[in-house]
Amino acid sequence: MVELRPEPQYATLARQTETAQLGMWVFLATEVLFFGALIFGYYIYRISYPDQFLLAGQDTKLLLGSINTALLLTSSVTMVASIEYVKRDDIARAAAALFITALLGFAFLGVKGYEYVEDYRDHTVPLLNFLLKPSQHPPAELFWLFYFIATGIHAVHLSIGIVAVLVMAFHTRHRRYSAAYYSPLEVLGLYWSFVDAVWLFLFAAIYPLGRAG
Amino acid sequence: MTAIAEPVDSYLTAESTIASWLLTKDHKRIALLFFASVTAFFFVGGFAATLIRLNLINPSGTLLGPDLYNRMFTMHGIVMVWFFLIPSIPATLGNFLVPLMIGARDLAFPRLNLASWYVFNISGAMAIYFIVAGGVDTGWTFYTPYSTLFSNSHVMAAALAVFVNGFSTIMTALNFVVTIHRLRAPGMTWFRLPLFIWSIYATSIVMLLATPVLAMTVLLIALEHGLGIGIFDPALGGDPLLFQHMFWFYSHPAVYIMILPAMGVASELISCFARRPVFGYKGMAYAVMAIAIIGFFVWGHHMFVAGISTFAGVMFSFMSFIVAVPSAIKVFNWTATLHRGSISFDAPMLYALSFIGLFTIGGLTGLNLATLPIDVHVTGTYFVIAHFHYIMVGGTVSAFFGGLHYWWPKITGRLYPEMWARAAAILTFLGFNVTFFPQFILGYLGMPRRYYAYPPEFQVWNVLSSAGASILAIAYVMPLVYLGWSLLWGKQAGANPWGATGLEWRTTSPPPEHNFDRTPVVTEAPYRYNPEDGSYVTQDGVANG
Repeated sequence: MVELRPEPQYATLARQTETAQLGMWVFLATEVLFFGALIFGYYIYRISYPDQFLLAGQDTKLLLGSINTALLLTSSVTMVASIEYVKRDDIARAAAALFITALLGFAFLGVKGYEYVEDYRDHTVPLLNFLLKPSQHPPAELFWLFYFIATGIHAVHLSIGIVAVLVMAFHTRHRRYSAAYYSPLEVLGLYWSFVDAVWLFLFAAIYPLGRAG
Repeated sequence: MTAIAEPVDSYLTAESTIASWLLTKDHKRIALLFFASVTAFFFVGGFAATLIRLNLINPSGTLLGPDLYNRMFTMHGIVMVWFFLIPSIPATLGNFLVPLMIGARDLAFPRLNLASWYVFNISGAMAIYFIVAGGVDTGWTFYTPYSTLFSNSHVMAAALAVFVNGFSTIMTALNFVVTIHRLRAPGMTWFRLPLFIWSIYATSIVMLLATPVLAMTVLLIALEHGLGIGIFDPALGGDPLLFQHMFWFYSHPAVYIMILPAMGVASELISCFARRPVFGYKGMAYAVMAIAIIGFFVWGHHMFVAGISTFAGVMFSFMSFIVAVPSAIKVFNWTATLHRGSISFDAPMLYALSFIGLFTIGGLTGLNLATLPIDVHVTGTYFVIAHFHYIMVGGTVSAFFGGLHYWWPKITGRLYPEMWARAAAILTFLGFNVTFFPQFILGYLGMPRRYYAYPPEFQVWNVLSSAGASILAIAYVMPLVYLGWSLLWGKQAGANPWGATGLEWRTTSPPPEHNFDRTPVVTEAPYRYNPEDGSYVTQDGVANG
């Protein structure tokens, strides 16, 4: 059990907790702009080359993308559950929920990796083996560049999140957090949900292309 | 002045091991660490500027030749923008003063603050690497497709250095925003905040919203340069103009990152040395926020001749005029503050006054440039160079030096030699104008920027500019000497040598590690100076004189 005292610049622990959360919200605002710049660029090109993006988008792996969406959404549930358990001082369940969260994150990365292999087999990886299919033109490759850059950067964010979740899972098991103090978990929860939300935007931008009707 | 006693246990003397500095979480020590780093880079960037000015003395430009000249102005731009100007006032004076001015013990996240310094130095080491390895020849703007597909210089290292540098900017800005929101002393309402705090707050907002876009942009540039394929590649249908939009979406607001803190410093200095409250305090606070917000919608004025539509050009021109309005409000309010003031011309005030003058010239020529037809005439010429150096060097660097002198007694506990400082301030003003005013003329006559050689008829103005640069160089080295001297032999400053009203003057100089023995309670608006009798009331309600 660690002693519960705020750092010297804070009057109270509650003040410190809400300040930490504000800090994460502000950080997430910067992340919105970071991913926003990329997604904005993507839509500019998609508007410029609608047909080519539709054609290229048909080669994405909708099933794998959907599985991954389900995995991440579930992981956000377990993330939130861990916080609820900590609030009730159910430390064992809280730690378990965190481990499951990390596990779901790993599963996402595994599926993503498999998807990349499939992409490679379909000759859609720029630089390595990209081939234009019938009626495709060079802008189709732009689509795949965005696909790899965006999902790659997302995967980096998710990996950071997984490491943080694992660290906090061990901390929770060693009773560093309790109903009296669990601020880091809430802050991490914000980050995790954000990475989840980014995926939803990427999924919507990438996978349904050219599949309507 | 009140009785002067050296505080027994200041933040400087609390611990003296090297580790106590390198692992410090004290915002005041981190400010000094940043000060050391940005000063070093100021002289790195200055070195490149020196070579540029030496090269341009001769129309044939044989000193550097074309390739080396390209690398020098690129190095000058990258180093000065990201490694000096952007962090200059926020990371040094801001770091030191934000907690003191709002009556806090430290920033909200001290470890993040220290991390910011380390990240800055990592990016600095990357910058040194790309310089030593042979430099970059793209200009600080990294325009594609040259930067990505053609340049054989160290674009990737430079772009990644800028990328990492952005993390440092964001960490510091995040700390400031959260601190100003959450750690203000009792009674320190938003409209009792000193204008320096308002300007740091506005700056931090711009840093937080603009820097991530730059990060993404330079990351894409680095990838494209490294892999030889990327989203700006015209062969794939990629659009180099998209790069310019993304780059200027950051880099125009970056100008406000540089100038807003300088405006904050100027407000503090002018009010104190005119012994009058800042005229139109609320207007000044709203104006910095307006500049920060409107500044996000003017980036297209860097692209008038790049091939954007006439409609877009007109809109960006219009917005650029709009952003001049709050800037003008600030200039008028500073001069109105001076009106009927009891003005003393101490060195900080000299810097502040030259800030107003030079910023005004820089700002008004900005309106010239925002006017579509004039811009077509002078775009890419020395007129542009002169314009933004009036803002960035005449404005920001003047305010930085002014603030440094003003708060030097607080930071070090020592007074600097006033006469030397005044001489340096005047020399800075003269040297600056001799350096950059001729460049307005050169630009108007049609001399393009970034050329290593030029027709002989431009030589007179170029020699004049180079001569001015040598004056400027002396004026910039002087403070290093006499401020260093004052550390050892300067007189003890006392808590409040200027008779100023801010909370930072309500603790000892240098302050103790914990800033205030008791958390101050704020009862007064800032700047309660009385020009009639020189009296003043501090923000925690103590009447003096």
